[in-house]
Amino acid sequence: MNTLFGEKKEGATKIVLKSVDEYPEAPVSLGTTLSNFTGDWRTFIPVIDDDKCVKCYICWKFCPEPAIFIREDGYVGVDYDYCKGCGICANECPTKAITMEKEEK
Amino acid sequence: MEYKPIRKVVSGNYAAAYAVKHARVEVVAAYPITPQTSIIEKIAEFIANDEIENIQYVPVESEHSAMAASIGASATGARAFTATSAQGLALMHEMLHWAAGARLPIVMVDVNRAMAPPWSVWDDQTDSLSQRDTGWMQFYAENNQEVYDGVLMAFKIAETVNLPAMVIESAFILSHTYDVVEMIPQELVDEFLPPRKPLYTLTDFDNPISVGALGTPNDYYEFRYKLAKAMEEAKKVIHEVGKEFGERFGRDYSQMIELYKTDDADFVFMGMGSLMGTVKQAVDVLREEGYKVGAAKVRWFRPFPSEELYELAKDVQAIAVLDRNFSFGQEGILFNEAKGALYNTDAKPLMKNYIVGLGGRDFTVNDVRKIAENMKAIIDKGELDVEVDWYHLKR
Repeated sequence: MNTLFGEKKEGATKIVLKSVDEYPEAPVSLGTTLSNFTGDWRTFIPVIDDDKCVKCYICWKFCPEPAIFIREDGYVGVDYDYCKGCGICANECPTKAITMEKEEK
Repeated sequence: MEYKPIRKVVSGNYAAAYAVKHARVEVVAAYPITPQTSIIEKIAEFIANDEIENIQYVPVESEHSAMAASIGASATGARAFTATSAQGLALMHEMLHWAAGARLPIVMVDVNRAMAPPWSVWDDQTDSLSQRDTGWMQFYAENNQEVYDGVLMAFKIAETVNLPAMVIESAFILSHTYDVVEMIPQELVDEFLPPRKPLYTLTDFDNPISVGALGTPNDYYEFRYKLAKAMEEAKKVIHEVGKEFGERFGRDYSQMIELYKTDDADFVFMGMGSLMGTVKQAVDVLREEGYKVGAAKVRWFRPFPSEELYELAKDVQAIAVLDRNFSFGQEGILFNEAKGALYNTDAKPLMKNYIVGLGGRDFTVNDVRKIAENMKAIIDKGELDVEVDWYHLKR
């Protein structure tokens, strides 16, 4: 399970810790949050147009979560489990390849 | 190897620096503040003279950064140390919570100094006691020997329960006053204090982790419970490590409250730190004068030794709590804690709070005698005159 450069975690499931004994001694985790997906917080969703993407990865650098990952074909993808919909990627994209759209839930 | 102590005449601050050297600390990040400065000066001297191997000294721009750097170092698995005083400790406050919450066994010496204003560099416990609720353990040293021993034990205890620990010494009374300290040969310290085994490591690149991860309302509570349990566990570990220290090196620290001539005492003086050296001396004098008195020195304030206090309190008529500190709007901090710890027990001694020595005001054997006279009058009457006595006040 790794959201670092080049990898997208497979089949991520929300960690549910049921009793205090299941918790680690110190608050460390594999992601940026311990047991919840920050993607739950999103109102707007980034939509990426591969035709406009020039693979500069500025969005990857700026994503604070980090929810942007680089796909095997070199274009960028979004890990929607963790994307909060903050729109920094869309704001920073030099070719306007990312647009923020209201998410239907 | 047979234990033969190495006797050196050192200040409390140098005693701390030697303990850091002998503990094989790997990272020291510190910012100078009077009266702590000579601790880190001595460590820097050790490093400059190649007397310590495998140590990084990080000069930082503030105490907040000193604690931040210590946290970073400790999170990688290193044994980390820092030292500060008063306003410097206050500046670290936010980071102290981070260290304890992330369960990092950093050891810090705080040289007790009064909080300004009025500007003061003299002894007063309010600085360290203001950090009571940060999740740090607190050990109050009576003399230079206890500073040295305290730092070595603090590392072992901290690394067992994964909580940070403060070793606290008095400004100038200990920090700059020279005394004989029995130091332990390096090989024997190494046996007592093996290398740290961290809970996790940041340098395992195949299994990267986030430290200080977000804890939502669904998780935060459980981590706080675990921290509380670790503090409770620390009482047992303090007892074991203190006992082991006594068996190895002849100075027993198994009790969180050191009792001095309390067995048949009518009433006892209770306090923390260098103050209690004076009190113990006064107890000897008062015993010759016919007072049946004893002293109870609280070594560990966090975790608080409630059980040991109960064992003492159930057998005495009264306790005079000497606080070199004050919680404004209430009373002396140790007094407040001690009363609270006894409330749901059947031990109900008369308890009176004497506020003494704030900002370095001298506190002498004669002062203890005056307090003893006052305590005797209170016991004879069976009730307190005042609960909180600003003993030195110019009236």
